[in-house]
Amino acid sequence: MNQSMNRLTYIGITIILVIIVMAVFAPIIAPQDVTVQDTANRYAAISGGHWFGTDDLGRDVFSRLVYGSRVSLIVGITVTGISTVIGMIIGAIAGFYGGWVDKILSGYIFNVFMAFPGLLLAIALVAFLGAGLGKMILALCIIGWVGYARVMRGQVLKVREYDFVQSARALGASDMRILFTHILPNSVQPLIVQASLGMAGAVLSEASLSFLGLGIPPPNPSWGTMIESARGLDVLYNSPHVFFFPAIAIALTVLAFNFIGDGLREYLDPKQRKR
Amino acid sequence: MKYTLLKIAKQIGLLLLVVWTVVSLVTLLIELVPGDPATAMLGENATPEQIQNFNHTHGLDKPAFFFSYSGEKGFDWHGADNRYADYFGGLLHGDLGKSFRTDRPVTEMIWERYPNTIKLAIAAMFVAILIAIPLGVVAGTHKGSLIDNFSSVIALLGISLPSFVIGPFLVYIFAVKLGWFVPTGSLNPEDIILPAFTLGAALSAILTRMIRSSVIEELGEDYVRTARAKGLSERIVIYKHVLKNGLIPVVTILGLQLGVLMAGAIITEKIFGWQGLGLLLLDDGIAKRDYRIVQGCVLVISVTYILANTLTDYVYRWLDPRIRLN
Repeated sequence: MNQSMNRLTYIGITIILVIIVMAVFAPIIAPQDVTVQDTANRYAAISGGHWFGTDDLGRDVFSRLVYGSRVSLIVGITVTGISTVIGMIIGAIAGFYGGWVDKILSGYIFNVFMAFPGLLLAIALVAFLGAGLGKMILALCIIGWVGYARVMRGQVLKVREYDFVQSARALGASDMRILFTHILPNSVQPLIVQASLGMAGAVLSEASLSFLGLGIPPPNPSWGTMIESARGLDVLYNSPHVFFFPAIAIALTVLAFNFIGDGLREYLDPKQRKR
Repeated sequence: MKYTLLKIAKQIGLLLLVVWTVVSLVTLLIELVPGDPATAMLGENATPEQIQNFNHTHGLDKPAFFFSYSGEKGFDWHGADNRYADYFGGLLHGDLGKSFRTDRPVTEMIWERYPNTIKLAIAAMFVAILIAIPLGVVAGTHKGSLIDNFSSVIALLGISLPSFVIGPFLVYIFAVKLGWFVPTGSLNPEDIILPAFTLGAALSAILTRMIRSSVIEELGEDYVRTARAKGLSERIVIYKHVLKNGLIPVVTILGLQLGVLMAGAIITEKIFGWQGLGLLLLDDGIAKRDYRIVQGCVLVISVTYILANTLTDYVYRWLDPRIRLN
């Protein structure tokens, strides 16, 4: 395996582990209450009391960053998990049954979903359904499953022609048994890579929607809303750290998931390993 | 020929399906919004007459669909005189309805902003090409070198950094620290530079990666060896032969990305106050709960997206005879 890519994958895993620890132990790690305002202490500089300074309402930026990691991870994991499962099932059905089922699913439904810009559809859905964690997850799942379904369909089309599947069929195994015990376990590999890259996409989409005011409603902290409230000119001029810390957090998280995805792809695909 | 006609018919069919899906989805979502648009626009203190007038002006006094269902009455057939059919009827004449808040035709509002978004998307594409071609070629011709690693890092950063991080960062450097540009606005010609860099960053990263691997692949082809054997300079070999062939897949990505840029422009327009379709959608549509504007903007952006994808397919075929003949 390419050594530098291997190193980057480990860096990615380390970053994600740190974020998971941050999210799980947020109440212990965060030194202050994230909603408590201290207007006399707005935009405070970095200090022993406020490691990353304070924001426009005097709230501790480090504590909000730590709690914000929860939102990013919850959205990333839930959206990727649900989208992968839905995509896997629908893609497998399209690929396995073929015929008119495949024509409707991959010929119409996949194409129509792929024809929309994903972010636009998510924005429209959240705009109508209203802001909130559950609704945002729903919107992101609605746009997210198609990518997995397409990959799964392609895989199933290939695997269903393999000898062991034909043998199982000859032995009289039912469709469900063939699909779930023979085809699916041999088709999920590319989905694992796609899911790790999809986590980066889900984290980015959550932050984008929150940035646009369509995500987590205030005063709950989200990295996207933290950036939105810190991008004013006076803030950038006088207290740029309020902008930079959440920006670095998002960039590192997305970068880490991309490292892991690229590493997994190299690891699972021998052809890529040789290059 | 038969194949081409079939393909065109299929793509027109898909376009119509997308339009139908967008209109249906948005109509359904409007029905799901809690409260009615009249109260949202006129406020809680509006008189019944004002509400009636509002509903009449915007056709909201008609049933939403061909039929409705209620637990007591079961299915109730309303006929063709409904909001859903009206919207499609209007669409055939290029009429996207009127803004709930200002009564202005949505088509007019969209055409006012549309050129700005297209301008921004094309400028972003231009920026991306300007960065990606030299960086991708140098990285590809110097595989494994310092500059190759540098281009990989730049590409990875471009992909990982969202526009709402890059945008304010560019504002911080070039508007706050250096004072070269104004931080927001779309009045002067130079105002497009920061938004175009922000929107084009991710695309430049994707293109750099593609051009790099394309150049590496093409350098191993026989025609390159022949060109070198003829005594052509390395510069001519790279820019006249390798790049010409290596750019074909890039064209596809560029076309496909035009639609992505249109959608991505929503965030960039918000960061820089760029008066495009995205800002119309966010500020006039979503923030003011003017769903006619939301419906129109979503439709126009989606149609542009799919048209860009379709056109790309044809340009790709035209550029690469192997695909055309297949």
